[in-house]
Amino acid sequence: MTPTLVMGAVAYDPKVVTIWDGFRNWFRENDFDFDYVLYSNYERQVEALIAGTIHAAWNSPLAWLRAERLAAAAGSSVKAVAMRDSDCDLTSVVVVRAHSPIDEVGGLAGRTVAVGAVDSPQATLIPLAHLADQGLLAGEDFEVVQHNVGVGMHGDHIGGERDAARALMAGRVDAACMIDGNHLVFSAEGTLGSGATRILTQTPPYDHCNFSIGSGAPVEAVDRFGDLLLGMTYADPDVRPLLDLEGLKAWHVGRTNGYAALDGAVRRFHFYDDEGNVTASDYRP
Amino acid sequence: MSPPATIDLEDLGLDEGGHLLLKHALAGMAVGGQLEVCGRAPDLSVHLRAWCRRHGHEFCDALTTAAVTRRTVHGPAGVVIKSAAPDARWSGALSTGPAIADEPSPTWGLAARGATVEAGGPEFHFALDRKDEVWADAAPAIYRQAVASQWDPETAIVWDAPVDLAPEVEAAVVQVMTYLVENENAALVVPARFLGQVHPHFKEVVQVLAVQVADEARHVEVFTRRAQLRGAELGLSTAGGQASLQTLLDEPDFPVAHFLLSVLGEGTFLSLLSFIETNAPDPVTKQVTHLALADEARHAAFGMAHLDHVLEADPGLRAKLATAIRRRHDALAHTAGLNEEVFDALVILAAGAWSPDALRRGFRKVQELEADMAEGRQRRLRKLGFAPDEATELAALHTKNFM
Repeated sequence: MTPTLVMGAVAYDPKVVTIWDGFRNWFRENDFDFDYVLYSNYERQVEALIAGTIHAAWNSPLAWLRAERLAAAAGSSVKAVAMRDSDCDLTSVVVVRAHSPIDEVGGLAGRTVAVGAVDSPQATLIPLAHLADQGLLAGEDFEVVQHNVGVGMHGDHIGGERDAARALMAGRVDAACMIDGNHLVFSAEGTLGSGATRILTQTPPYDHCNFSIGSGAPVEAVDRFGDLLLGMTYADPDVRPLLDLEGLKAWHVGRTNGYAALDGAVRRFHFYDDEGNVTASDYRP
Repeated sequence: MSPPATIDLEDLGLDEGGHLLLKHALAGMAVGGQLEVCGRAPDLSVHLRAWCRRHGHEFCDALTTAAVTRRTVHGPAGVVIKSAAPDARWSGALSTGPAIADEPSPTWGLAARGATVEAGGPEFHFALDRKDEVWADAAPAIYRQAVASQWDPETAIVWDAPVDLAPEVEAAVVQVMTYLVENENAALVVPARFLGQVHPHFKEVVQVLAVQVADEARHVEVFTRRAQLRGAELGLSTAGGQASLQTLLDEPDFPVAHFLLSVLGEGTFLSLLSFIETNAPDPVTKQVTHLALADEARHAAFGMAHLDHVLEADPGLRAKLATAIRRRHDALAHTAGLNEEVFDALVILAAGAWSPDALRRGFRKVQELEADMAEGRQRRLRKLGFAPDEATELAALHTKNFM
């Protein structure tokens, strides 16, 4: 048997225990010794990964970028072994109320824009960088209203985005940022209401979470871990409920070319420095 | 590569039901097939990308898809490439019918009989999950009859019909009603305890038991209302009577409990209720017992049908049933059996008047009732395959409390 592979995950929701308990059982039934450790926030988890306390981490895209920086600063590296099919090619949108007079991005000048938590890639960092690319600087050209639910969980908690959507519909802000899938969910469930909003702009596609592997992880165990993940099938009734909970139909080989937009946002907003230190002044995980 | 199929959602968005058209179109396609999606909903392209990601399908932006060479009136929002994942949920799914299974799987759970059940669901541990243990071929017909025969106590009984009995006769009616309520409580609780243990696959059995419980609840109501009709307080409940009924509640085996309750107990009650109806001194007493009698006849019929099925599958059970009767008799040997108050009340009820001649008639009728009850039990036991001598012996061992 390969040595125990220890993975970190952030406890952004009680279901996280169900998910990783289930995966642990499944791995062990497949003769793979796997265990997991829960962290309250991604910063602590990434530091543990780089320190070698854990071999692998189920990382947010922001955590991946910090892990890359910390590893490089320490003279090592990290790799992304796998990701969900649903982690690929996401987009975020900036929406206004359907009857808003704002009909182009430039119209946000002098207005207020609701975002998710300060550390949310999809509902804060990427859309604000997208607006900046179009000439509108957050805090200068328009006011940003953060919705800091689950700070430190890098936007995994949907509460911040939902609060931003509610703020938009309550008229407290002029626009709101969210991931495309949540715009569909909020529209269908009535938080926004079907047809009640208009999409002002959509970001280019970007990628989300991955299984990050630290440089000291046992190679054989990591290889087996990757093989087992990629071998999971949605047709397997034992693993399907876990895939449903984690929001995927299949694991894909990890790719790291979908993080450029977030990396640009991290640099633009000085969220981390090049050594991986947290430099965002308003971020308290 | 063949050009993609096309669907036009018109102005229907994916946030207002458009996904149904999408799923319908994809259902008829092979894995890997391409579906070009068009529509006028403003957010369609954004939502289509998100919808595909959530459902495991691949999304291609229409503008970057070489296969898209045509433009429809509404323009393409994107192309969906069908994945195998959504349908994979149903690989290994279990069929639960339509035939009635001998031993339905615990994983069929609460699913409708005949439904297709996703693999990997929870197991439900219904203690009564073998057809041989619970089934009766007559169950579907008995259920239909039971549903068609339901009655509303409020309208089925003329509660304001004249009831003006001698005080002694009215008191006797109250005592008999008190006794009936106590017995109906037992007849309610016993099937209710087994009801939740029967695998829902045997839905007709569950349905019959459920209606039976509802029947008994109604009987409790109408007997109570008749007892209180003239403002009297309810009568007496004896330790012996309750001890007899407790043995029914304590029986853990469904076929045995059903045998003791419905075949012997409710079977005996058919004679009792018929007796009260025939000799009822007032129209309300007559009506409530008449209506309850029809229900009890159905309960006894189901008991017979069930035991008939169970005994056919396991003839050895007959000895177990006989043992149960003897065991119950022994357990009750130290009790008084039918309480004196009930016996006397039946005599007065049947007399209908407070006079020596009437009481003599009433006494004789109750003696005939007891003989009729014993004969009924013997007949049912013989019908279930007991030898005549054994049927006579076992019928005599039945509780003197009747139920």
